[in-house]
Amino acid sequence: MHPHTFRAAAGSHALPSPGQAMLGLLRRDLRLALRRKSEWLGAVFFFVLVAALFPLAIGPEPATLRLIGPGVLWVAALLASMLSLSRLFEADHQDGSLEQMALSAAPLSWLVSAKVAAHWLIAGLPLVLLSPLLGLQYGLSPQALAMLALTLLIGTPVLSLLGAIGAALTLGVRGGGVLQSLLLLPLYVPVLVFGAGAVDAQLRGLGAQAHVSVLLALLLAAAAFSPWACAAALRLALE
Amino acid sequence: MKLFSYAAPQNFYPLAGRLWPWLALLATVLALAGLWVGFMVAPSDAQQGQAYRIIYIHVPVSWIAMVIYLAMAFWSVLGLVFNTRLSGLMTRALAPTGALLAFLSLWTGALWGKPMWGTYWVWDARLTSMLILLFLYLGYIALTSAIEDPRRSDRAGALVALVGAVNVPIIYFSVKWWNTLHQGASVSLTQSPRMASVMLTGMLLMSLAIWLYAVAIALWRVRSLMLVRESHAAWVQQLPEVQAHRALRGVA
Repeated sequence: MHPHTFRAAAGSHALPSPGQAMLGLLRRDLRLALRRKSEWLGAVFFFVLVAALFPLAIGPEPATLRLIGPGVLWVAALLASMLSLSRLFEADHQDGSLEQMALSAAPLSWLVSAKVAAHWLIAGLPLVLLSPLLGLQYGLSPQALAMLALTLLIGTPVLSLLGAIGAALTLGVRGGGVLQSLLLLPLYVPVLVFGAGAVDAQLRGLGAQAHVSVLLALLLAAAAFSPWACAAALRLALE
Repeated sequence: MKLFSYAAPQNFYPLAGRLWPWLALLATVLALAGLWVGFMVAPSDAQQGQAYRIIYIHVPVSWIAMVIYLAMAFWSVLGLVFNTRLSGLMTRALAPTGALLAFLSLWTGALWGKPMWGTYWVWDARLTSMLILLFLYLGYIALTSAIEDPRRSDRAGALVALVGAVNVPIIYFSVKWWNTLHQGASVSLTQSPRMASVMLTGMLLMSLAIWLYAVAIALWRVRSLMLVRESHAAWVQQLPEVQAHRALRGVA
């Protein structure tokens, strides 16, 4: 679009406030995802399948399964959430809407937060909702199931936030998928340690409050810094 | 200011060329001295026997592996703030040495762990965080070598180095609470060291040697990176070594 016509168009309507722009972007991403169900359902099925493979490989001993359950489910959720990351900015980058977002009046980091929130609602929340069901297959107690769902509820947004940085950095780079996992997996370690550790502490009757507090701290720190780093990385990809 | 003029590659290239042979020489001398103190002068340990002597390699290598990541974060901040070309090159020149030293730290640690703990590897906090540091180095190297545009590659690398540097303490404390078997730090800044002074001397000599080695090799590597990056620039074409090379190859 020619700059003058763009300015004229913008002049005739009031520009949307950053909050409105975020909300609009969130709605758009969710609508697009609901129309392409195979994308996010694939990640959910991946989660279910990985969780089903471990008992097949390790054996059906209930005591063993109860021991490894929290860790396996957390790793599976982490991988499933990473699987859908590469599409976070890819389509927008290809059709040019990412450049429009970078040019828009709303700060890019706000728009990025909206996209990350959409990613979490599509790829993270289903994992949280499914996890108690899969935990049952591992013979976890009701308290442990509740703790698993709670830690995933706090932890998967952190995964989405950190993952967005990796997705933005590897946008349009050859071999981006493998590179993205190489960059992100080390950064996911604290979330994994405290997430799986909370369920483990609950199982051992130690109380998981400290773990949950640290997870919440990680969520706050990631929410504060990740959109900013992500926006910087996206601007590099757009240059 | 004079210092900032060295941020330009054509000024830094000759400076690095003058510095690195001296640093390398000094590193060799200090390493020989450190090894002599460590292996000839220092007594064997009361509990660990002769096997403890691997700390003269292991501890300095681990320290410098961590210091190099900090140095990379420092250059990344400079690069992002001042937009200097040298910063990205320095970060990139440091990364392979950091990865090598992190790997050596894990390797020598495994060799030490077998006689001491009876196992090559345990999932202990310090071992795990050194392993993750190695992965961070490899991630940085992989990302910067995958992006072809030099400017984007430098800046993306700077972002990754910074995100990693913010995460290093978090990772360290998370794995520390997760599991700890490694012996406590023998040398700390807040307490007087709990080891014989001759052992400490050997270790500090070796640390200094490896630090100088890292600086020398980074300067040597940054010269090569500059030649590749600036190969079309006039100052590179006028360098005596480049002209000698071209005359040798028969290119006018």
